[in-house]
Amino acid sequence: MLEKALVGSKKYYALVFFLAAVFLVGFFFFLKQLKFGLGITGMSRDVSWGFYVAQFTYLVGVAASAVMVVLPYYLHNYKDYGKLTIFGEFLAIGAVTMCLLFIVVDIGQTHRLFNVLLHPTPHSMLFYDMIVLNGYLLLNLICGWTALHGVYKGTKYPDWVKPFIYLSIPWAFSIHTVTAFLYAGLPGRHFWLTAVMAPRFLASAFCSGPALLLLLIYIVKAFTRFDPGEKAIRALAKTITYALLANLFLFGCELFTSFYSGIPGHQFSIKYLFAGLHGHMKLVPWMWTAYALMLVAAVLLVIPKTRNNLGLLPLLCILVVIGTWIDKGMGLIVGGFVPNPLERITEYMPTFPEVMISIGIYAAGFLIITVLYKIAISVMESRGLI
Amino acid sequence: MVIDTRVCQKHAPCEDCIHACHHIHNVPQIPYKKHEIKWIWKDEFEHAFPDTAHEYANEVLKGREFLLLCNHCEHPPCVRVCPTQATFKREDGIVMMDMHRCIGCRFCMAACPYGSRSFNWRDPRPFIKDPNPEYPTRMKGVVEKCTFCTERLAQGKLPACAEACKYGAIVVGDLADPHSEINKILREHFTLRRKVHLGTGPSVFYII
Repeated sequence: MLEKALVGSKKYYALVFFLAAVFLVGFFFFLKQLKFGLGITGMSRDVSWGFYVAQFTYLVGVAASAVMVVLPYYLHNYKDYGKLTIFGEFLAIGAVTMCLLFIVVDIGQTHRLFNVLLHPTPHSMLFYDMIVLNGYLLLNLICGWTALHGVYKGTKYPDWVKPFIYLSIPWAFSIHTVTAFLYAGLPGRHFWLTAVMAPRFLASAFCSGPALLLLLIYIVKAFTRFDPGEKAIRALAKTITYALLANLFLFGCELFTSFYSGIPGHQFSIKYLFAGLHGHMKLVPWMWTAYALMLVAAVLLVIPKTRNNLGLLPLLCILVVIGTWIDKGMGLIVGGFVPNPLERITEYMPTFPEVMISIGIYAAGFLIITVLYKIAISVMESRGLI
Repeated sequence: MVIDTRVCQKHAPCEDCIHACHHIHNVPQIPYKKHEIKWIWKDEFEHAFPDTAHEYANEVLKGREFLLLCNHCEHPPCVRVCPTQATFKREDGIVMMDMHRCIGCRFCMAACPYGSRSFNWRDPRPFIKDPNPEYPTRMKGVVEKCTFCTERLAQGKLPACAEACKYGAIVVGDLADPHSEINKILREHFTLRRKVHLGTGPSVFYII
């Protein structure tokens, strides 16, 4: 099937070369980072994780959200998702790859990466994160590829793949749970030390991921004959709605616990993010934008008339994607580090090379997704399915 | 380790311990604060003990500075989270670092509730003015912190900070031995430990 990736329209080639070029620009900045060290980023002794770890966290969510199409299709036999599941799984492959790349660029001694395998440490949450992320990548490769191969051959997917499909469902939940546990088990980081961290991660994942999937599907629909069907799009919009409401609800739970209890340590980070602390307020406009976007999207998604308006829906998806991205990709990680354990404040903003490296990784991820989607579309076309 | 902060206050602004430690261990002096590396440093009461400080604090504490360093916790969160066991607890309780195994993921920095760890954001060597050839320098991309001078303990010497203090403000000893000098001091004085409520069991005590 891979040969389908090699032939395509001029637009397809242009996109592939554009993404590859952006990736190379990012790679150039990564070489600079390798030479100078992570000091090339905006991170510091006090804010020791930044943009890279935040993008990693956001993308684990995107990857996990494939389960929102896989689960209804395979467990509930929801036929309308038939065409969508492969795209969900392929999005997961691209997202997990980006996650792994963000880890690679974030560690200080890149060539020592495999020390994690050489000295396996079961009391470290990173050990489990490594297992679940790589496992999830493999599961989606197996499930997505065999499902598409079934289409290619004009048969159903083989029976041996079924256990892998069933396994991929709880596995999707596990990747984001373990990622939440990276943060939620650290003493002295009040902002992260909360039992609703994993549920909140899953809620924000299950709205942002499907919203991104829908946007990609809209793009695919505009350039090819592929159409998942109105029913599938409407069903996915409902998933986004419920998950977005759950995400906002869980954030409200955080606010209640922090402010009704009145414990200052639990409030500092939230105050820093939304009102600023001692005049430090770099993230305040970002956070208000994030929550304004999510609230507007939530209201418009709850109202059936606006949710079912297929022309408006992509716009709502954009609001959800940007809102959740700022919340998780900017606020969540940095907020946990401000103030520092000695209650002093150091602010953080990513630097230009840091942003370029990140864009490079996104280009690599979307390159993978583009190629995989192209293969899927061509296979479906060759079978006359679309 | 017990630090008599009364003695420190009496002889302020003495920084002999800090200079000795940082010189012996080739800790770089990086002027850019975000990339700073420090094993032992001073801060005010409200920052050293943010959960204990309050607005009616005694006059005695005003202006008193507290030496801060790795607490060599009984249950160290940094050791729990390290994915390669590059940081580990020795049998004698010292929390050690293997800077050659560290991959620089900085999970330990997120986990330490005392801000005791520093990361080499860039090559530290140009910032070491007077290198000590008897102790290794570090490379960029690894985490470092106070090692309780394991290399000196092995030679029967005191940690550099304790030895450098002319006024005897820093006393080290074996907490596990009930007859040790340090246990005698702890019995006779009221001491504080940093953030005890987190359950990490810090091994640095402060006489107020």
